[in-house]
Amino acid sequence: MRATMRRGLGTAMAAVLAGCLAAACGGDGGDGGGSGPVTLTVDVFGEFGYDRLYRQYEASHPDVRIKQRKVSTLDDYKPRLQQWIATGSGAGDVVALEEGILPAYMQQRAKFLDLFDYGGRELEKNFLPWKWQMGVTPDGGQLVGLGTDIGPLGLCYRKDLFEKAGLPTERGEVGRLWPTWDAFLATGQRFQAKVPKTKWLDGPTAVLRTTVLQNAGAGPGYSFFDKSDKLVFDSNPAVRSAFDTTLKFERAGLTADASVFTPPWQTALKRDTFATVPCPSWMLGGIEEFSGGFGKGKWDVASVPGGSGYWGGSWLAVPKQTDHPGQAAELAKFLSGPQGQVGAFKDKNTFPSSPQAAADPAVAGHRNAYFGGAPTGRIYGATAAQVKPVHLGPKNEDVRQAVENVLIAVGQGEVRPDDAWSKATEAAAKAAR
Amino acid sequence: MRMNGTSRMSTAPRPAGHAPAPAPGSGRRRPAWRARLARLDLKTAPYAFISPFYVVFLLFGGFPLVYTVWVSLHEWGLASGTRRWTGLENYRYLLSDADFWHAAVNTLGIFAVSTVPQLLVALLVANALNRRMRAATFFRIGMVAPLVTSTAAVAIVFTQLFDHDYGMANWLLGRIGMDGVDWQASRGWSWVAVSAMVDWRWTGYNALIYLAAMQAVPRDLYEAAAIDGASRLRQFWGITVPLLRPTILFTVVVSTIGGLQLFTEPVLFGAGAGAPDRMDGGSTHQFQTITMYMFGNAFGHDRYGYGAAVACALFVLIIVFSLANFLFVRRAGGTR
Repeated sequence: MRATMRRGLGTAMAAVLAGCLAAACGGDGGDGGGSGPVTLTVDVFGEFGYDRLYRQYEASHPDVRIKQRKVSTLDDYKPRLQQWIATGSGAGDVVALEEGILPAYMQQRAKFLDLFDYGGRELEKNFLPWKWQMGVTPDGGQLVGLGTDIGPLGLCYRKDLFEKAGLPTERGEVGRLWPTWDAFLATGQRFQAKVPKTKWLDGPTAVLRTTVLQNAGAGPGYSFFDKSDKLVFDSNPAVRSAFDTTLKFERAGLTADASVFTPPWQTALKRDTFATVPCPSWMLGGIEEFSGGFGKGKWDVASVPGGSGYWGGSWLAVPKQTDHPGQAAELAKFLSGPQGQVGAFKDKNTFPSSPQAAADPAVAGHRNAYFGGAPTGRIYGATAAQVKPVHLGPKNEDVRQAVENVLIAVGQGEVRPDDAWSKATEAAAKAAR
Repeated sequence: MRMNGTSRMSTAPRPAGHAPAPAPGSGRRRPAWRARLARLDLKTAPYAFISPFYVVFLLFGGFPLVYTVWVSLHEWGLASGTRRWTGLENYRYLLSDADFWHAAVNTLGIFAVSTVPQLLVALLVANALNRRMRAATFFRIGMVAPLVTSTAAVAIVFTQLFDHDYGMANWLLGRIGMDGVDWQASRGWSWVAVSAMVDWRWTGYNALIYLAAMQAVPRDLYEAAAIDGASRLRQFWGITVPLLRPTILFTVVVSTIGGLQLFTEPVLFGAGAGAPDRMDGGSTHQFQTITMYMFGNAFGHDRYGYGAAVACALFVLIIVFSLANFLFVRRAGGTR
C-alpha cells in the first residue's frame, strides 16, 4: 500500500517535471498578424514628455495603440536595451538612443531599420544639421535614428551670491562677464576671494565636455577619436587645450567636485555650496526640484562661455525585430517631427532639435518663472544654433568618463595636477580598449 | 560495469527460443518483477524527490555558468555587436590588468574590514540575547529589522551619514575635536564606510544564526562550569564558542561568498561620490569591487566577453577563499 503510493508519487513527480520542461521550452510564439488595433511599444528613459502626443496619435490612427515603457535613469536603461538588441527580442517597436550610446549602436546598424526606406530622406530639413548627421551612419548610407531633444547649454547662477561678491546680477551683464572660459575662471577667482565658503562651480564635468565640443567643432571636427575611430586623445590639440582649461579650475580649487543629480549635488542645491552650474536645458527642472523653496528667486540663467555647447539629447530608432516596421517608423517620425517636438517641450521642457520647433512661439517665447522669468527659449535656441558637428567614436563616453575621473581626483587631492595629463592619457587608452 | 552488461544484452542477438516467455515461468516472474521495481523505487525515488532543485539549478545555475565560460573566450560586445573567438586572450589580459587586481584588493579589503568585526559583534550580541531577559522576542526580532529594509534605502542614508561636508560621521568627529575625513575620496576610509553599511545589515542576521545554535547548547554544561567557578567570560570562550564551531564555519563561508560578491552598497555609495560612472567606485576606483568591475565591463563599456572572464576569475577566487577560510577557522577553532 505504502509502496504503491510512493511509486505513484514518484511517477507523478516525474510527469510534472517533464511537463514543466516541455512548457519552458515551448511558449513565446509571438502574435504576428491578427486583426484589431496594433500595439506599439515605445522604450524611453527619464522624461520624454510624450504622454499627450501618444493620445493625439491614437486619436488620429484608430488602428494603433501605444504603450510606453519608461525606465527612470539611463544607467538602468542601457543594459536592458543591450540585451534586447543582442538577443533579438524584447525591444520596443520604437526605442530611444541617447547620444552616449548611439555611436556604439551605429556599429550594428543591421539591427535597426533604415529609416531612409520609410520616407526619412525628406526629413533632413526638420533638424539641426549636426543632429541629423549624428543619426546617419558615417558612410551616409543608413538613417538609424531621428533626433528628438537636444541639451543646449546655459549657465545657471545664484543672483544672491553674485550680489554678495559684488558681481553684476542681471543676466545680460553676467553673460558678458565671461565671453571665454579664461574670463569665467578669472571671475570665479574674484568670486571666491570675496565669498570663500562657496565654490564657484559644481564640478568639472560640464566644463570638460563643453570645451571639448567647442574646440573640436572649431578645429578638426572630432575629439577623442578621429573619423576612422582611432584614439587620438593624446595627439589632438583640441582635447589637450580643453583638458588644460578644465584642469585650471581643479587646480585653483574652484569646483565642489560634485556630479550632477547625485545626492551631494542635490544637498548642495539647498545650501550655498556652489554659485554656478553649467546647465543644459533639461537640467532646469532638476534644479528647481532640488533647490525648491530655498532657491526660489535666487537662480537665473545666462549664456555659456565660448558661446555654444550641448549636453545630452536622444534619437528615436526602430529595431529590426519589430513586427510592425511601417507603423513603428510612422510613429517615430511623428514623435520626432517639429510638431511632436513642440508637444514634448510643452510637456517636459525637452529642448527641440528641430529649428522649426525652436522657432515656434511656444518654445522661442518660453520664459522660466523659477529662474527669474529668464527667456530660456531664446537663450538656449541661440546656443543650439551655434553648435558645430563633432564626430564621436563608439567609445567616446567611456573615454570621457575615465578622463573626468582623473579631473575629479585632482580636485580631491588624490592625483597631483602635474600628473593629471599622463594619468588621463593612460585612462583614456584603457577606456578605448 | 552495469552499463557494459546492459549494452551487451541489447546488442547481442537473442536465441529465438527464449524470446516469448512461456506460461510456467509467469508465476515466479511476477514477484521478481515487483521486487525489482521496489528496488528501483528505493534507489531512484529519493533522486526524483530532490530533482526539482537540480533541474532548476541546471537551468538557472549550471547553464549560465557554462555559458559564461563560453562568452569569456570571445571578444564580445553587446552594443557594438562584435563577436570574435579569441581563446584565452581575455584571461591573458586579466592576469596583467592592474584595474582588475586593484578591484580584487578592494574587494578583499572591504571583506576583511567588514566581516571580522561583524562576526565578532554578532557573537557577542547573540550571547547577550541568549540570557534571560524581558521582551526577549522583541529584541531578537529587532535584530533582523535591518535585513528587511531595502539595501538602496540603507545606502542612501549611509551615503548621507558619510557625506564630506554635511555628514553626521564628520560632525561627530568634529565634536570630539578631530578633523573631518573625506569618506568618498580616500581608499581606506571609503572601505570603512562601505563596511559600515554591510555590517549594519548583516550583523543581526548572523547574530540570529548564532543565537539559534546557542539555544541548542545544553544548560547543564553551563551549570557545571558555574559550579566549578568559571566566570561568564570563561563560560563563553570555554563552552559557547567551541560548541558553536560548525555554525561559525557556516557563517564564515557564507560571509565570504557574500563579501566577495559585494555590489549594491558600493555602487550606491559611488553614486554619491561624484564619479561620472557609478560602476567606477570613486574617481580613482578606490572602492570598486570585482562585481562592479565585471558589470562595468560587460554592460557599461561594451566588453561582454571580458566581463565574463572577470566573472569566471571571481568564481575561482570565491572557491579559493571559502576553502582557505574554512580551513583557517577549523584549524583555529579547536583541537581537531
